[in-house]
Formats: sequence, structure tokens, C-alpha cells
Amino acid sequence: MRFRVNLIVGGTLFVAVVAAGLLAPWLAHTDPVLDANLMNAEEPPGAAFWLGTDGQGRDIYSRVLYGARISLTVGIVSQLINTVIGTALGLSAGYFGGWWDDLVSGLTNLMLAIPSLVFALAIMAILSPGLTSLLIALGLTNWSFTCRLARASALSLRSQGYVQAAKVLGYSDLRIMATQMLPNMLGPIIVIGTLGMGGAVLAEAALSFLGLGIRPPQPSWGSMLSDARDQITTAPWVSIFPGLAIFVTVLGLNLLGDGLRDILDPQSRSRRA
Amino acid sequence: MSGPALQVEDLRIDLAIGERRFAAVEGVSFTIEKGETYGLVGESGCGKSITALSLIGLLRPPLSASAGRILLGGTDLRTLPARAVRALRGKRVAMIFQEPMTALNPLKPVGRQIAEMFVLHEGASWPEAERRAVEALRSVRVPAPERRARDYPHQLSGGMRQRVMIAIALACGPDLLLADEPTTALDVTVQAEILELIRDLCAERGTAVLMISHDLGLIASMCRRVGVMYAGRLVEERDSRAVFRRPSHPYTAGLVASLPLLGARLAGGRNRLREITGVVPPVTAFPDGCRFNPRCPSATEICRDVDPPPETLPPDGLVRCHHHA
Repeated sequence: MRFRVNLIVGGTLFVAVVAAGLLAPWLAHTDPVLDANLMNAEEPPGAAFWLGTDGQGRDIYSRVLYGARISLTVGIVSQLINTVIGTALGLSAGYFGGWWDDLVSGLTNLMLAIPSLVFALAIMAILSPGLTSLLIALGLTNWSFTCRLARASALSLRSQGYVQAAKVLGYSDLRIMATQMLPNMLGPIIVIGTLGMGGAVLAEAALSFLGLGIRPPQPSWGSMLSDARDQITTAPWVSIFPGLAIFVTVLGLNLLGDGLRDILDPQSRSRRA
Repeated sequence: MSGPALQVEDLRIDLAIGERRFAAVEGVSFTIEKGETYGLVGESGCGKSITALSLIGLLRPPLSASAGRILLGGTDLRTLPARAVRALRGKRVAMIFQEPMTALNPLKPVGRQIAEMFVLHEGASWPEAERRAVEALRSVRVPAPERRARDYPHQLSGGMRQRVMIAIALACGPDLLLADEPTTALDVTVQAEILELIRDLCAERGTAVLMISHDLGLIASMCRRVGVMYAGRLVEERDSRAVFRRPSHPYTAGLVASLPLLGARLAGGRNRLREITGVVPPVTAFPDGCRFNPRCPSATEICRDVDPPPETLPPDGLVRCHHHA
């Protein structure tokens, strides 16, 4: 089998970020919120503070580690919500057709017409800022691609012999969708889900940057960037490292998604066979 | 339960196009006794497959069974609610398909696909179902069934896959097996094995078989009775030996004459294959009178105007032709 650079590099980066988030309490040097000390404000990276300190004298290294928790939680959970909604709607629409398909397709087109970040902004403006609202806002606004993909797969799978056979053998509609169709369309859905996770991490950062996501002093990469705006010329490390963390995470997720596509895509599957 | 396994009476299947309805199948009646194999032959587009689909309640709009009775062991499928029909599928009526390549789920081991039938229709537990699946594989003469049960469909040959399909179809001991061109996609040698398998298993279990094919040789060797369909109608229906020895309807005669023959009858002088000119008319444009009249070599004035009623052929056959032999 071909050596898969994408998958390995992407997987390693992703696992590293997950590990950083999980192990943050042990890896961090200081508490990310409470250990503010204005005496140490805007220290450049060095032996005491590996990545320097921010305007309040908090250790950026520790805050970036804790920030991974927020970013990954938002990325993974909101993307899971999107994937479940999109797959359920798309699969049932493609399988049943008729008015349900018209309704779902219409809704999907509507969602595609509204920029999802703007939609999420609107939801965040209604709900109060916070982690739960972020999950809801990002989880409800980005399912249209998954939905379209699931619908298209369902349409082509519906005419497959084994789906017809299952019908003839007395499977219920729900059972056919769950056991015959879903496993056969899972590959591309996982790929889209993984790629979407990178987008969700970016969206979280954008919302927090705008002050509608995670509120300071909680460490989120987006809110850290937002805080660092004024110091970008005097203390560039304050914005560089959270930015770098976002970059590494999104790059890792995108590479991972690409690598998974190489394995799971029907085309590459037939090439391998 | 006594009586025939399947009784179809005056079945009509409508094709709805906009506001108009066309009879894609009309006035079809036949009976299959328990353990009997019944053949349905005809060209593509004459209504064989939709007739089979109607027997398991799987016609979807624009097609619908609009009249007649489909009695499966005494219960009329046409009047049964959809849920009840679904419960019958796979349990009392099963079907095997032309394409064993695609009729199996590529992502599940075949043993599990067989086992699913026991879980679904008989409420068996998974371990028990898996055990019975191995037995089912053994009964369709798959070598080393314990090992094969863990194989995925792509690891099996076409013949093996069709055996698995048969095992799935016969898993719950159905009363009726619908076989829609079961061997068309297989090698000739494998075909013979599969047909023998279907014949043996169904005879053993008293399962009635509806065999759909355009391979007349296959039908002749497998079936006791044959129905010949043309343009949505049963034009001739009788004992299979009589059909091939002395075809009564000109269409049947044409089909038999178009068979390539080797050996004795070839030596008898006829060495050019004959054909039936033209094609089956589309459902929307069935001709007046006898539906076969535009292609019939012996058509006369009456054939163009009057639809021939079914006439009995002794001892128990039926033909729809004004000039039948």
C-alpha cells in the first residue's frame, strides 16, 4: 500500500493537539486564568515562560494548552451534531423521496444560501455567549454539505441490488437505512465531517474573536487573539502562539480528512482493489 | 394448510402516466401448487417482472396492482395492510435476483447477512442465528461453511454468491420462491449447478417456485407448467412439455422456432434460426384486437378487430388466439 503522508502527518498533529488538551492540567505551568501577575506582563518567550506572557502576565503556554480543550470540544461536538443532523435528513430524503425530499432539499438550499458564520453569529446574538451556545450555534448551521452528500449517496444506493434485496426480504425502512445504506455511505461522510471539524475550530475562533463566543478570561484561541490585537506590534508572541495553535489544529484536521478520503473514497477503493 | 401455494386471479397492474392509466398487465391468472415449479416466459417488457413484484407487494407508483386477487396460501395480499405484507416478505415469500454481484451488502460477512433473516423474522438471538447461518450455507452446498460464513461478498465467486442468496431466500422456509432470471449472470456450468440446487432444495421443503426467464431451455427442464406472457397478457398456459412439443399460440410457436437446436432436429433439415419480427409494443400503444396481431404471421381480419378471449386447451391449458393450433 502507498505510504500515506497526509494521514500520518494529519493524524499525528490531531493526536498531539488532543493530548495537549487532555493533559493540560499536568503539562501547564500555571493556572490559565488565575495566575495573572502584572509584574510579569508581556514577558517575551524565555526559560521561565516558554511562550511568553500576555498583557495580564498570564503564561501563554498554559493558556494555549487549556485553549485546546475549548477549541477541540467545539470542533468535535458541533461537527458531530452537524453530521448527525445532515446524515439523518439527507439519508431519509434520498431514501423516501417525494415531499420529504423536496422539503429537505429546500431547507438545505436555504442553509447554503446563508453564510453559516453569519447565521451562527445571529444565533449567538440571541443566546448568551458561552460554550453551550457555541455548540448549538455551530452545530445547527453547518449540516448542509453533509446532508447533500448523504442524499446523493442514498439516491445511488437506493437502486443497489442489496437494498432492493433487503426490501424483498422484509426489512423495515428504518432497518434498511441503518444496516444497508448508512454503512455504505459512511466513508465520504467521515471525510466531510473531519474536514468540517477544521472549519468549526476556525468558526469558534472567529466568534470568540468577535466577543460572541468564549468570554475572557476563559482561554480560547479566538479570544486570546482578540485580546492580543493591541499588542501585536509591541508583543507579537501574544498573538503568534494562539494563531499558530489554530493553524496547526486546522492543518492537522484537513490533512487527516484528506488522508481518510484516500482510504475511504469509492474511487480510490476501486483503485486499490 | 391445504390448497395451492399461490393463486393469482385476474390480476391487473396499472401504469399511471399523468391522469391516464394503462394496463401493463391484464387478466393474468395462474396457480402454483406446493412444491411445484412454474415458469413464466416472454420477451423483455411483457410484464413478467412486475407480475413477480406484485406478488410481494413491491410495486411502486406509477405502477399499482389495481384489480384481481393474489392469494398466498389463502390470504389475499392485495387487501392486506402494508405492514402485514412486509412481515410476509422473506418469511413466506422470498426472491432471488439476476445479479448475485450486487444483491449482497458489500460491507457485511455473508454469514451475518443470512443470520439477519433469523433475527428479523424469527426473533432468534445473534449467536444462535449465526450458528443456523452456517447450517444454511452447508445446505446450499458451500464447502467449508464455517470459514465461508466469515467471508465478505467480494471474496466469493458469482456462483457462490448466488448460493448465498439462495440460502438467504430459503432461510425462513418460505412457501413461495420468486426466481427472476436466477442464472442469467452465471457461467453455463455454474447455471446447471444452481438450478439443480434450487430444484432439490425446493422439492425437499415443498417450496413452490415461480421461475422467470427468457431461457426456454431452462424453463423446459425446470418447470412442470409454463405461462407465456406477451404484452401484459398470458397468451398460453399449460404443461411445459406440451408447450414445447406442440406450441399452440403463434407467439409461443415463434419463440420455440427461434431456439437454436443441435443434433437430431438439426439434421432433420431446419438449419436457419427463425425470428419473430418487430418488438413488443409499449404499454401506451397496445394495438386493437389481439395484441400480437402486428407481428403475427397468421393474423387475419378478426385478429385486428376482436380481442381473443381465453380458450381452454385440453387437458388443462389455456390459450388466447383466434387461430390456435
